[in-house]
Amino acid sequence: MKVVGPLIVVLALVGIAWCCTEYLHWYALFGLVIPYVAFALFIIGLIVRIVRWARSAVPFRIPTTCGQQKSFSWIKQAKLDNPSSKAGVFGRMVLEVLTFRSLFRNNKVEKRDSKLGYTSAKWLFIGALLFHWSMLIIILRHMRLVLDPVPQFFQILEQADGFLQIGLPLLYISDVLIVVGLGFLLARRFAIKKVRYISLSVDFFPLFLLLGIAISGIIMRYGFRVDVAGVKEVMLGLVTFHPVPADQLSTILFVHLFLVCTLMVYFPWSKLMHAPGVFFSPTRNLANNSRAVRHVNPWNYPVKVHTYAEYQEEYGEKMKSVGLPLDPEVVSTNG
Amino acid sequence: MAKVPPEKELVSYSLKPDTTAEWMDTPTEFREGMFCHAAKPKDLETVDFPFPHKWSPSDEDWGLPENWKEIILDGMKDRLDKYRSFRLFMDVCVRCGACADKCHFFMGTGDPKNMPVLRAELLRSIYRRYFTTSGKLFGKLVGARDLTEDVLKEWWYYFFQCTECRRCSAFCPYGIDQAEITIMGRELINLLGLNTEWISGPVANCYMKGNHVGLEPQTIVSNIEFLMEDLEDITGKHIEPSFNRKGAEILFVVPSGDYYADPGIYTFMGYLLLFDHLGLDYTLSTYASEGGNFGFFTTNEMAKRLNSKIYAEAKRLGVKWILGGECGHMWRVMNQYMDTWNGPADFLEVPKSPITGTVFENAASTKMIHITEFTADLIYHNKLKFDKSRNDHLVVTYHDSCNTARAMGLLEEPRYILKAICNNFYEMPEETIREKTLCCGSGSGLNAGEDMELRMRGGFPRAEAVREVRDKYGVNTLTNICAIDRASFPALMDYWVPGVRVAGVHELVANALILDENDDRQLDMRMEELPSAVAKREAEAARAAEEAAKAAEAQSDGEPKEGDAE
Repeated sequence: MKVVGPLIVVLALVGIAWCCTEYLHWYALFGLVIPYVAFALFIIGLIVRIVRWARSAVPFRIPTTCGQQKSFSWIKQAKLDNPSSKAGVFGRMVLEVLTFRSLFRNNKVEKRDSKLGYTSAKWLFIGALLFHWSMLIIILRHMRLVLDPVPQFFQILEQADGFLQIGLPLLYISDVLIVVGLGFLLARRFAIKKVRYISLSVDFFPLFLLLGIAISGIIMRYGFRVDVAGVKEVMLGLVTFHPVPADQLSTILFVHLFLVCTLMVYFPWSKLMHAPGVFFSPTRNLANNSRAVRHVNPWNYPVKVHTYAEYQEEYGEKMKSVGLPLDPEVVSTNG
Repeated sequence: MAKVPPEKELVSYSLKPDTTAEWMDTPTEFREGMFCHAAKPKDLETVDFPFPHKWSPSDEDWGLPENWKEIILDGMKDRLDKYRSFRLFMDVCVRCGACADKCHFFMGTGDPKNMPVLRAELLRSIYRRYFTTSGKLFGKLVGARDLTEDVLKEWWYYFFQCTECRRCSAFCPYGIDQAEITIMGRELINLLGLNTEWISGPVANCYMKGNHVGLEPQTIVSNIEFLMEDLEDITGKHIEPSFNRKGAEILFVVPSGDYYADPGIYTFMGYLLLFDHLGLDYTLSTYASEGGNFGFFTTNEMAKRLNSKIYAEAKRLGVKWILGGECGHMWRVMNQYMDTWNGPADFLEVPKSPITGTVFENAASTKMIHITEFTADLIYHNKLKFDKSRNDHLVVTYHDSCNTARAMGLLEEPRYILKAICNNFYEMPEETIREKTLCCGSGSGLNAGEDMELRMRGGFPRAEAVREVRDKYGVNTLTNICAIDRASFPALMDYWVPGVRVAGVHELVANALILDENDDRQLDMRMEELPSAVAKREAEAARAAEEAAKAAEAQSDGEPKEGDAE
């Protein structure tokens, strides 16, 4: 159910978009209203979630230290894995966000009778990198649809992505890799028993959805060979708030667009928020310098303690018996 | 103490757990030997904890208050606003499974609910159900479930099968830290008076008497005097430790295990021998006689209440700075919490070694340094002379305690010391040390007697790594800088790797430390003969035997008559 359910939902979304545009010709709804609403919900949702995190306090400085602390000049500090400065934290975050450093650390434990062995396990790291980087490149490539003229950066990126020069239209490497990446991430949820066990329907749904988006995009480009100039005209219209009628566009584009809209609406209320979330993680984005610089807890409050005066009151006689000095300056609150 | 099944039975589990049923449909079975006794009401009363009552984990009825659900959910709401870590870690997990096989409790039990991700889902599923729209609408479909007594019991069972070691957090791409989730889970459980005896007892002790083991001032003094007598027998030095002394330069705070029980006491003797040798102006305190903090395993507030004694005492005594002993979670607290809770310590000075003049800028605000930092600095400046051969009977490996490794990064200082004081030092496999270190399995208040099977299982991955270096290099000594390690490893070693002794770093420092030119000690801190003494004795015995043989030969040459030998 946790697999089939999400798959059915995604297929239904495809069907809805297809029927509503191909047969019902609801172009204005699918080419105009839904994208605007979805984008608005995406932005609002993001803001709501991020503000909610930001308003939650960070009472303590709790970085997970993954290397040598800063102590002496003659002991080499692991400045990125155990940062003590803002620059170090920045470096750590860059490595974490762009290269998935913690996943790179991954290993696998195997048990044979009464022995444990640790082996390298980089597949998750590779799969995750494949998917996320392809996704980023694809999103950037799509910028050419909403920018006119297209800045050189995006042109170069597009050329680089198509440098294999296979087929016409040119095959983008990122198109292949995102499907491979997503396919891998999906396959391991089935193949690795432990991962299957912990997986929820909400882990499968985004994978199916993203696969749907990627595949519909690929079909659109290489199968239906949609009119890119026409698409750009519509997209430019949308982003400049001067919409043009989208009726002449191919149905597959509406499917693609509708799935993207679904993703935008779904994103802020799902685990996909790990993307902005990683920047907020107190175990990663704080410097390990709480002995050198005091960290202030905004809700720190006074607590009831057992004072020395009370202690001396209770144990004074016993202290005297073994020659421990009594403090004449303290006055017990009880006495 | 619960009986632990034989090794064969213990290792018969699989790391590929049976996953036919959904985890939410798998009931929690409370297995004897895998959990601790319930807290005693009087211990909770001592510190004004809510709902002290008599109950037992194996009971069907836990005597919960009528409105327990409300208490838990209100407690969650409160903490979601107070701790960004909690809210974020409830939200962002993608269940990638990178943490799944990083937990020593999973590695030692094969219980899927011990995969950090799933242990967190126990709480996350409730978060979704009551604090997210999708969870309220779609329930189980999106991994949400109702809060029931069974869920509460499941929390209790598994949040006390986590030692807050943070190993999962090192591997998580978002740094999700199960320790944070366990800490929150235990805070919630605590709201219903459901703590464990092994944690709440020491907390009550520490609150009233100043230390976990509950020693009163006169007993602390006599215990330590007794240790000093042993030290005098070993070194010939008479050491007068100082207690509660106003105007001392340094307040020295150790985990109470160090002056209470074997083998911590040898480490303690090591500290004091070193200080005496240096002529350090320090004082111990009977009021602040605990470096560790079992309050940290109950609630943030309780931890702060216990911790407050250290700064308060430093202020009362008018010391300049604070030196801390070898302890694990104590140093998580000192490094990441103390100053925030009970600071600013503006009445103290930035720690400065009176011997080397080194100013410890890394502790500029807390004014507290770790003893391995202090000693490493001494060694670096050639202030100590060692006879490494005095540790030649020890083949040493070093265990990074979880908290000094992953909540501080104190990795090289103890190694630097060890390499200066012993000839035989070998590291355990790379994947089991430093930031990837494996827990002793008894941290965060789990080192009781009744949960011995849990401890043996949780400590298995560590023990297995020790076994590897024992078989490869003949390692016979597991050093560490943690009082819980020293308290719990002996049992773990006896079970999995017999013949390996457990020692603090400063025990070995004291063994090797040359006090003066007349220091020709024969005994180590455990009153066992030093290798040099053994060699000397053996050489003498050999020489005596040789002489005897010669004499016998000479006599036989002279064809002695019967009875001449007399």
